[in-house]
Amino acid sequence: MWRRTVPIMITFIVGTVLVVAEFIPHKPFGNLGEDFSLYFDIIAVFAFILGGGNLCRVHFSKVYRKKTDWQFSIVTLLGFFVMLAAGLFKIGNPEGIQGDVTAAGSLFADLYDSMFTPLQGTMYALLAFFVASASYRAFRAKNIDASILLIAAFVILLGRTPAPSLIADFFAGAGITFMATAFNFVPTLTDWIMDVPNLAGQRAILIGIALGVISMALRLILGVERTYLGSDSK
Amino acid sequence: MLRFKAAIFTLLLLLLFCLSAAAQTAEELSDTAALEEPVYEIPRLAQVTNFEAKDSPDDAGGEIELTWDLSVDDKKEDGLVSKYVVLRSQNPTSDFHIVGVANHRDSSYIDKNLKEGTDYYYKIVTFPKYQGEVRLTREEIDPLMEQYPELTELDIKDVSMLAEYDRDIMSVFDDNILGISRVAGPVKSRAQWFNSKDLDTLIIGLTICISVVIFIGMARGGRKLFLRRIGGLQAIENAIGRATEMGKSILFIPGIQDMDDVQTVAGITILGRIAKTIAEYDTKINMPVSRSIVMTTARETIKEAYLSAGRPDAYSDDMVHYITDEQFGYVAAVDGIMVREKPATCFYLGAFFAESLIMAETGNSIGAIQIAGTAMPAQLPFFVAACDYTLIGEELFAASAYLSGEPKQLGSLKGQDVGKFIAMVFIIIGAVFATLAALTGSEDILEITNMIKSWFSA
Repeated sequence: MWRRTVPIMITFIVGTVLVVAEFIPHKPFGNLGEDFSLYFDIIAVFAFILGGGNLCRVHFSKVYRKKTDWQFSIVTLLGFFVMLAAGLFKIGNPEGIQGDVTAAGSLFADLYDSMFTPLQGTMYALLAFFVASASYRAFRAKNIDASILLIAAFVILLGRTPAPSLIADFFAGAGITFMATAFNFVPTLTDWIMDVPNLAGQRAILIGIALGVISMALRLILGVERTYLGSDSK
Repeated sequence: MLRFKAAIFTLLLLLLFCLSAAAQTAEELSDTAALEEPVYEIPRLAQVTNFEAKDSPDDAGGEIELTWDLSVDDKKEDGLVSKYVVLRSQNPTSDFHIVGVANHRDSSYIDKNLKEGTDYYYKIVTFPKYQGEVRLTREEIDPLMEQYPELTELDIKDVSMLAEYDRDIMSVFDDNILGISRVAGPVKSRAQWFNSKDLDTLIIGLTICISVVIFIGMARGGRKLFLRRIGGLQAIENAIGRATEMGKSILFIPGIQDMDDVQTVAGITILGRIAKTIAEYDTKINMPVSRSIVMTTARETIKEAYLSAGRPDAYSDDMVHYITDEQFGYVAAVDGIMVREKPATCFYLGAFFAESLIMAETGNSIGAIQIAGTAMPAQLPFFVAACDYTLIGEELFAASAYLSGEPKQLGSLKGQDVGKFIAMVFIIIGAVFATLAALTGSEDILEITNMIKSWFSA
């Protein structure tokens, strides 16, 4: 009973106090939100040890038992411990052990700049290809909705590039003025699609999200939602 | 006779020499006097008018709000005013010192970090545009910047020039000539017990909360409530069944935010429902996480779900494992798991950023059935394009209640609909008034439109 009652009581008290504090600027309520956020950060810092410990345990176990692809685990562990040592002991840090961990010239900074950042950039760059492949599937004109999506996407794609003005210049040069006018209108149409239908849709989603958050917060505060405790049973 | 003439000539020469020497001395003296004149020409600026100081409303105390009407010299196209310097004292007649600077064309300033309950007096100096060189050295500026952390280096330089004016000239002339306002005060800062700016939020929030509580009560009383069908949630059981039939694992990604994000909490509540079904179907779940606290919470949730399904023996801590807090490091690991283990089903429920499409496209490439849900509007199109089902915004928060099927939880969803109805009514009223204001040009209608807008804007 206590395993569930105590967390529900804590959730109720803290949730209610924080909601009320939002409307009271007077001390001690005014800064409660920020204070709780700081408490969370402090807990999260200590929880890093849990995360790091779990990472080591999982990968040591993989190497020890020679599970499938265990070689990757060696790379993970090597990377983890080298970075940990470089940061903890400030190896190569020109300012010594008391210097900033990211000081230029330190092993930590070198590893971060020359290995981690390019690797991160590589992962991010994959997005360009994934956007293309996802768009290809999403914009197939299978029905009326998909066709409208395709046309809107094409207009926006065109409107965000210098192509419409170049094409308009070409038509103007060829004396086909109505085509030149039409292509000059594309950037305006693009802005309209982004500012009116797109923004209206986004705002509708945001209103729904705000209401959903209120409803969910109430369920948690009132103890109606208990799944996060592991079970919904009383 | 000749000697007499020579003597007179010599005397005349001496007289001329003395006169020229005297004239030269007078000229030199005059030049010296000219050099000693003040270097700066002080534009005679008009002072600010209607200067008032009052306690900042709706704050936690320690702040005083100053307002004024711009100096006439600041209203001109190419005005002479560069900024307004705020002086403060605890004495109405003396000891005024500089506490801050407001830019030209600004007509308000908030003085912060004050003692509550202490009387303060204020003056505003209309400060001219300065064309000369600033004489402060780095050694002089640094301590001043420490003393006045709210001022920029440029402000310090300008204020130091004002101090120079103050030393040399301010004591000589009347305040009015130098554009110094009248003294405002005494004024005390006090903390308030209610933020009146949030009154509209409180009313709307209370209305929604009360309607949620009423509907929960109605549902508990046995009243049947209609809820629209959510495709993504109805597909969850099928997706788990598919993984069971294929003998493959289920991948659950709770986003990349920590437990202080409500989307992660929503993801974990859905995890509880899903984990119970997984336990009943005796399927495997793999949950790589990017936050340590999410890891411990998810473990507890899954453990309890397995317990309530009567399968505590099937639970293992290894089901949830930590990868890294770094966004793209985490994505690389998750993509690797997908490609190597080829899970039959992937759930993405939580807060996502740029990694959403990278993961969803990789999941798509391995042929997994994918169910996503997020409240990040920018990521929703990616999930819609790459996943089989997507829970859009509010559906993510409704999912756990929907899946539970409990009347009291479903009641809360109906209460949410009251909020939507209120939003719809005010959107229609606002749109009608805005259209009328544009068509008629009426100031009154525009005012009503702006009032409605202000109720719903931060």
